[in-house]
Amino acid sequence: MLIGIPCNIKDLNSAVGESFGRSNYYLIYDTENNNSNFVINHASNSQGGAGVKAAQVIVDNKVDALITPQLGENAAIVLKAADIKIYKSILGTLIENISALKKDELPSLMEIHQGYHGHQ
Amino acid sequence: MKQLLILSGKGGTGKTTIASGLIKLAEVKAYADCDVDAPNLHLSINQNTDPHVSDFYGLDLANINKETCILCGKCFDNCRFHAIKFDEYYEVDPYACEGCSVCEYICPVNAITMKERVIGVTKVYSNYHVFSTAQLRMGSGNSGLLVTEVKKGLAPYKNKCNLSIIDGSPGIGCPVIASISGVDMILVVAEPSLSGYHDMLRIIKTSHGFPSIVSVCVNKCDLNKKLTDDIINYCTENKIPFLGTLPFDERVLETINNGLTIADMDSPLKHDLEEILEKILNILDLKGDKNL
Amino acid sequence: MKIAVLSGKGGTGKTLVATNLSFSINNSLYLDCDVEEPNGHLFFESPLISSVDVSLPIPRVIDEKCDGCMKCVDFCKFNALAYVGNKVLVFDKICHSCGGCKLVCPHDAIYEEERVIGKIESRKYGGVDVHTGILNPGEESGTKIISRLMEIAKSKREEITVIDSPPGSSCVVMDSIKDADYCIIVAESSIFGAHNLEMVHELVLLFEKPMGVVLNKTTNGINPSKLYCENNNIPILLDIPFSKKINAISSSGVLISEEDEKYKIMFTNLLKKITGGEIS
Repeated sequence: MLIGIPCNIKDLNSAVGESFGRSNYYLIYDTENNNSNFVINHASNSQGGAGVKAAQVIVDNKVDALITPQLGENAAIVLKAADIKIYKSILGTLIENISALKKDELPSLMEIHQGYHGHQ
Repeated sequence: MKQLLILSGKGGTGKTTIASGLIKLAEVKAYADCDVDAPNLHLSINQNTDPHVSDFYGLDLANINKETCILCGKCFDNCRFHAIKFDEYYEVDPYACEGCSVCEYICPVNAITMKERVIGVTKVYSNYHVFSTAQLRMGSGNSGLLVTEVKKGLAPYKNKCNLSIIDGSPGIGCPVIASISGVDMILVVAEPSLSGYHDMLRIIKTSHGFPSIVSVCVNKCDLNKKLTDDIINYCTENKIPFLGTLPFDERVLETINNGLTIADMDSPLKHDLEEILEKILNILDLKGDKNL
Repeated sequence: MKIAVLSGKGGTGKTLVATNLSFSINNSLYLDCDVEEPNGHLFFESPLISSVDVSLPIPRVIDEKCDGCMKCVDFCKFNALAYVGNKVLVFDKICHSCGGCKLVCPHDAIYEEERVIGKIESRKYGGVDVHTGILNPGEESGTKIISRLMEIAKSKREEITVIDSPPGSSCVVMDSIKDADYCIIVAESSIFGAHNLEMVHELVLLFEKPMGVVLNKTTNGINPSKLYCENNNIPILLDIPFSKKINAISSSGVLISEEDEKYKIMFTNLLKKITGGEIS
């Protein structure tokens, strides 16, 4: 299974990125062989539509499960259309969150926030 | 660090006047001006140092190479924003160009390239405190991202103090929404006029989509007692914390013009603002906190 | 003649000047271009004559023709498109309607559909033909609504059009003054006001429009906005002292020029200063 997590430093012991759409990188972790790959988040300095573009990066990297502290409306629409499972991260490092997910200790992310656009 | 955002919906209600007063009264060490179109907070809270200034980039700007251009007019025909002008040569109007790059795509001779465009600057002052602000260049489009950058400027102080106060922008658009994101509490400064009441409703509606606590105060309350009462009644009926009223005081103008705040005045106004601050601290659970 | 009324910041009295100026002229056109927060109509309360939607073209994809090449997604500078689950998803509110995705699609799989972003409401109040632009909450750009309002101005026969511009100096302000013949900048006497007057002044200079300033809510103290005008040779057309009476009337949504003849004369004189007395 491929797990995606936003982060700002390419280090498994660094913290989870606070913003899904604007983190510098995504950790793509393969649970089958424990390989880690950090991909650049091209959405991080977008003017707008960061959530959409960031979600596209996740989709294109064939992620099965995303761990994130929060998620905006637009990103959620893209990820759900790709059947990607979304989990709420815990305070801690990337590797701690991956362990937690492997042990089934992470809750699903239930709250999707309005995001910067599309607010009514 | 808890964040208090001051909004108004309508311009001219006294948002910045109240924000600067609260900043001085509460002696907060972290504050920001998110009114990036027309920042004014720096005029009330004097800074002793030079800021760290960074360029802020917007979407790229189209650029037509006159030498390569064959004057076919395809760019002109395809630009939806009327950003291509013709007067001997084809030229891009930088104020109309939205950076879509259709012209670059459509040009048969590759005469058009998209170039980096600075649309503003961020400024962070740090000297025992942090003040983050920005200025958007005129004619620029939506500035939600710049507002986010300004708020990011406060991040280094996240663990150094417990309260930051943000002067927001008027209106209900994208920049306002960007400023609301992640704040703990919003204080809507309303004025007692028909337009003011109308716009207060819009900003409250906009704010309610977010988890922040929304509260209201009325500035210049004695200029129209009926509308002040209407506002108070609205808040009561809708269970919105109403934090207080501030009367019109003609000495405020002179105080502001001298680069000072309500906190520097010897006036009942200062006392009223202190009461509002106390209610804010109560709501945020910061009452008696020495490390604001 | 088209007169735009601007201000660097809100609350200076821009709408006060724009609405009262319109009312004081026989047979005028009033366009509220402050589409995010239109307030003029509150002073021109009368039955709605018409409400016309304003829309923008938004891309739609014919799934059967789409082969997932993602050229549209990669092209879009605004990130309004995503390709997921074998389909292109369009995010309407992020789209800027540039038409680029339709152009780059190699399979003709994209067409455009109109999406409503706001409306224009029309009313008649005395001799004023009132048109209000309203941008729906959450929408990004009011530019299209303002262009529609300007088209209305072109098609009407009134002598004077008063354009109530949005506050500030962003692109929507530019949209509203592009076609103006004259710009009135309303400034208040605080340093905030003077600071923002400077920004708007720069904008009007850029567009090379003739201009003048109305100083509003003035007091006896030093007026930084007045100083700015004097130092930059900007004509001061009118000085309106702060008055609790004006505030009381205006804050209730009543036109001061309708309430008291002396204010009507004040605005008629303002117009004469601008037109040189040729139009009344």
